[in-house]
Amino acid sequence: MAHAAVAEHGEEHEETTTGLNHRKLLMWAFLGSDCMFFGSLIATYLVYQGKSQRGPFPEDVFSIPVTSVSTFVLLMSSMSMVLAYSALTRGQTKSFRIWLLSTAIMGMTFIAFQVFEFYEFANHELEFHCSEVDLSGTIEKDNHTLTTFQKNQLKEQCEAGQAEAVVDHGLTPRTNLFGTTFFTLTGFHGAHVTLGIVWLLSLFFYSFRKGGASPKRELDIDLAALYWHFVDVVWIVIFTVVYLFGVFPGI
Amino acid sequence: MTTLARVFPSRPVHPTGVWSWITTIDHKRIGILYGVTAFIMFLTGGLEALYIRLQLALPNQDFVTPEVYNQLFTMHGTTMIFLAIMPMGAAFFNFVIPLQIGARDVAFPRLNAFSYWTFLAGALMLKLSWFMGGAPNAGWFGYAPITGAAYNPGQGIDFWILSLQILGVASLAAAFNFIVTIVNMRAPGLSLMRLPLFTWMTLVTSILLVLAFPVITVALIELMFDRFFGTNFFVPTAGANPLLWQHLFWIFGHPEVYILILPAMGIVSEIVPTFSKKPLFGYPVVVLSGVIIGFMGWMVWSHHMFTVGLGPIANSVFALTTMAIAVPTGVKIFNWIGTIWGGSVSMKTPMLFSVGFVALFIVGGLSGVMHSSAASDAQQQDTYFIIAHIHYVLFGGSIVALLAGVYYWFPKVTGRMMDETVGKINFWLMFIGMNIAFFPMHFLGLDGMPRRIVTYDSDMGWNLWNMVSSIGALLVGLSVLVFMINVILSYRRGEVAGADPWDARTLEWSIPSPPPEYNFAQIPTVHDRDAFWAQKREGVRAVPVAGGSEEHDVHLPQPSYWPFVVSAGILIAGYGLIYLGNNNPIAIAVAAIGTFIAMFAVYAWSFEPVNDPDEDAGH
Repeated sequence: MAHAAVAEHGEEHEETTTGLNHRKLLMWAFLGSDCMFFGSLIATYLVYQGKSQRGPFPEDVFSIPVTSVSTFVLLMSSMSMVLAYSALTRGQTKSFRIWLLSTAIMGMTFIAFQVFEFYEFANHELEFHCSEVDLSGTIEKDNHTLTTFQKNQLKEQCEAGQAEAVVDHGLTPRTNLFGTTFFTLTGFHGAHVTLGIVWLLSLFFYSFRKGGASPKRELDIDLAALYWHFVDVVWIVIFTVVYLFGVFPGI
Repeated sequence: MTTLARVFPSRPVHPTGVWSWITTIDHKRIGILYGVTAFIMFLTGGLEALYIRLQLALPNQDFVTPEVYNQLFTMHGTTMIFLAIMPMGAAFFNFVIPLQIGARDVAFPRLNAFSYWTFLAGALMLKLSWFMGGAPNAGWFGYAPITGAAYNPGQGIDFWILSLQILGVASLAAAFNFIVTIVNMRAPGLSLMRLPLFTWMTLVTSILLVLAFPVITVALIELMFDRFFGTNFFVPTAGANPLLWQHLFWIFGHPEVYILILPAMGIVSEIVPTFSKKPLFGYPVVVLSGVIIGFMGWMVWSHHMFTVGLGPIANSVFALTTMAIAVPTGVKIFNWIGTIWGGSVSMKTPMLFSVGFVALFIVGGLSGVMHSSAASDAQQQDTYFIIAHIHYVLFGGSIVALLAGVYYWFPKVTGRMMDETVGKINFWLMFIGMNIAFFPMHFLGLDGMPRRIVTYDSDMGWNLWNMVSSIGALLVGLSVLVFMINVILSYRRGEVAGADPWDARTLEWSIPSPPPEYNFAQIPTVHDRDAFWAQKREGVRAVPVAGGSEEHDVHLPQPSYWPFVVSAGILIAGYGLIYLGNNNPIAIAVAAIGTFIAMFAVYAWSFEPVNDPDEDAGH
C-alpha cells in the first residue's frame, strides 16, 4: 500500500482507485482536450467556408485521388500499430519491431504526401492559350477573375509571342481565408502526426535496450497507439469535411 | 540504466536551500510556491488598479497618459484572472487535494513541478512586458481585429498572446494532473459521494480547464498567425468575421469564470460546516449544483455578446440559459445558509470571510441575473455596471473566499495560527473598502459612464462616485497590507496550531501541522463522508501520527531538475518568437535554442534514473 503513492514510472502493477493506470487516464484526458483543439480549428474552417474573397478555391487545388492514397496509408498505419501492440503482448519481439517501424514509415509517407501537396498548392498555376484571351477586358478562369498582377503576368508572356502562358495562382496561408484556415488546420494535424512519428521512433530505438521490448512495456506502446489512432480519426474528419465536402459541395 | 545514467545526471539531492525549491516535486512545497507567486502577482495587479483609481479619482486628470491607461486596465484584468486568482486556486489544489483524499502526492509529481515553473515563465513574460517595449493594451479579452497587426503594431499584444499560451500549457498540465489524482488516488473507501466538497469542485474545475483552454489556444494561435505570418483569420477585408474571435474567446471565457469561482465555492463549502459544527446541508445537492454549473457554463457564452446583433432567437436562448444557470448557484447559497442555520457557529476569521463571500457573491450574482436580460444588458454593456458586477463576483467572490482559505489552511501549512484580531481587522477593512470601491460603480454605470475611458469631464455628474470609489480602493489596498502583516507576524511567532485547531472534518486535519513530507504514515481508510469528523466522534484513532512503523518503506518520488529546465526552455523559445518579426536571425536562433533545451529536457525527464537502487529494481 505504501507503494501506491509513488506514481512516476508507471508501474503496471500499481493499485489505483479505478483500476485504470494513471498514465492511461492522463492520456484519455489529453485526448479529450485535443478534441476541443481540433474542434475549434475545424469550426473556424467551416465558419469561413465559401467566404474567401478570391481564389484559389478548394475545387481548384484539391486532388481527391492523391489525398485518398495518403489517407489510405495513414489508415493502414493504424492497423500496423495494432499489430505491433499485439505482437508485443505475445512476446514476439521481432515482429513487434517490424510493425512499429512500419507504422512510423507509413506516418512519414503521409507527411511526405502532405509536404508534396502543400508545395503543389503553393505553386498552383492557371494555364491560358494566348489566342483565346482577350487582354483588354476582365479575364476569368475556374470561377476566378484575374488580379491586376496576374493579368500583367499573362500580358507579358502573350505579348512576347508565346502561344501558351501560365499565371501564378498559388495558395498560401496569406492568399485568402481558405488558404489561412486550410493550412492552419492541416498543418496542426501534420504536426501531431510528426510528434507521433518521433514518439514511435523513440519507442523503436528504445526496444533494442535490455527489457525495451518486453511485454512489461505494454503500457508505453498502448499510450502511443491511443495517440496514433486519435490522430488518424481526426484525419478522417478533416478528409471528409475539408477535402470531400470541398470538392463535392452538394453533399 | 547505467548508460543512460551516464548521459543524464542522477536525481538531485538537496534537502534545503534554493535548489531544494527548484528541484522539489513535493505537492505541498509546490502549493506554497504557487501561493506566494500568485500573491506577488496579486500585488502587482492591485498596484495597476490603484493607478487606475488615482487617475479616475478626479475629473480631467492626466496622472497617466491614455496609452499607459490602456495598458494598465489590460494588465490589471489579465494579471488578476490568469496570474492571481487561477494560481491561488492552484495553490490550494496542490496543498490540500492530496491531503484531503489521503494520498502521498499527486499522480504526476514532476508534471506538477512543470506546471508551476511554466506558470512562472508565463507570468514573467507578461509582467516584464512593461519594461520590454510596452504592455498589452487591448483589454483582457483582446478583441480582434483591434489586436491585429494593422491596428496594434506594438509588441504588447505579442507578449500577451505568448504569455497566455504558456500559461495555458501550465494550466492544462495541472488540470490533467488533478483529474488523474482525484479520480485515481483516493484512499480506500473514499467514494465519489464521500469526497470533500473542495476536492469535488477542483475536479469540476479541472475538467473545465481541460476542455476550455484548447479553445483559447486556437484563438490565440489564429491571432498569432495573423500577426506573425500575415494570415487572414481576423482581417475583415479578406472576408473574415471579427465575431469569430468573440465566439472563440467567450466559449473559453465563460467556462473560465466558473474556473475562477468554483474553487472559491469549494473552499467556502469546507469552512462553513467546520465552523457551524454541522455536516454540509444537502451535500449531494451541492455537489450536483457544482457539476451542473460546470456543464451549463458551456451554454451561456453569447451573453457576453448581446449587443453584436446575433438576432432575437440567439439572444433569447442565451438569455434563458443565463437565467437558468443562476439556479444551481442559488441552490448552493441556500445550502450554505442551511448549514449555518441551527449550527453552533463560531465566527472565527475564516468563517467571517466565508460569510462575507456569500453576501458579496449574492450582490454580484443578482447583477449577473440583471445582465441575463438581453434588453437590459444592451444598456449596461461596456459601462461601469459591468465593472461593478465582475468585481463583486471575482473580488467579493473569488478573492474573499481564497483569503478565507488562507486563514483556514494557514495553520496546516505553517503549523501556526494566524492572529484572530488582526484577521478581523483585515476582514472588516476589506469588506467595507470593497463595498465602497465597487458599489458606486453600479451608479456610475447606470449613469452611463463607459468602461475604459482614461478620464471624464467634470460636468458629467460622475465626480462624487468616482472619488468615493477611489477611496474604497485605497481601503482595500490597506486591508491587503494588514493581511500581509498578519501572514508575516503569524508565520514568525503565531500560536502553535497543533494538528486540528478548528475541530475540522476532513482528512488533512488528521495529520500533524505542517504535514510530514510523506503526508500519511499509513494511508487512512474512509468509512464516512467527513471522514476525520466521523473518526473523532467514534473515538477511533485509526490514523496514527508521524513516526509509524511503516515509515521506512514509504517510497516518495524523488526531486528532479528537468521540469524546471523544460519550463526555462519554453520561456527562452517564447522570447525568440516575440522578436521573430522580419525573420531576425538572432530571434530565430533563440527560439531554436529554447526549443532544443525543452526537447532535450523532455527526453532527460523520460529517462531520468532513480537514485535509490531498490527503487530502480522495482520497475
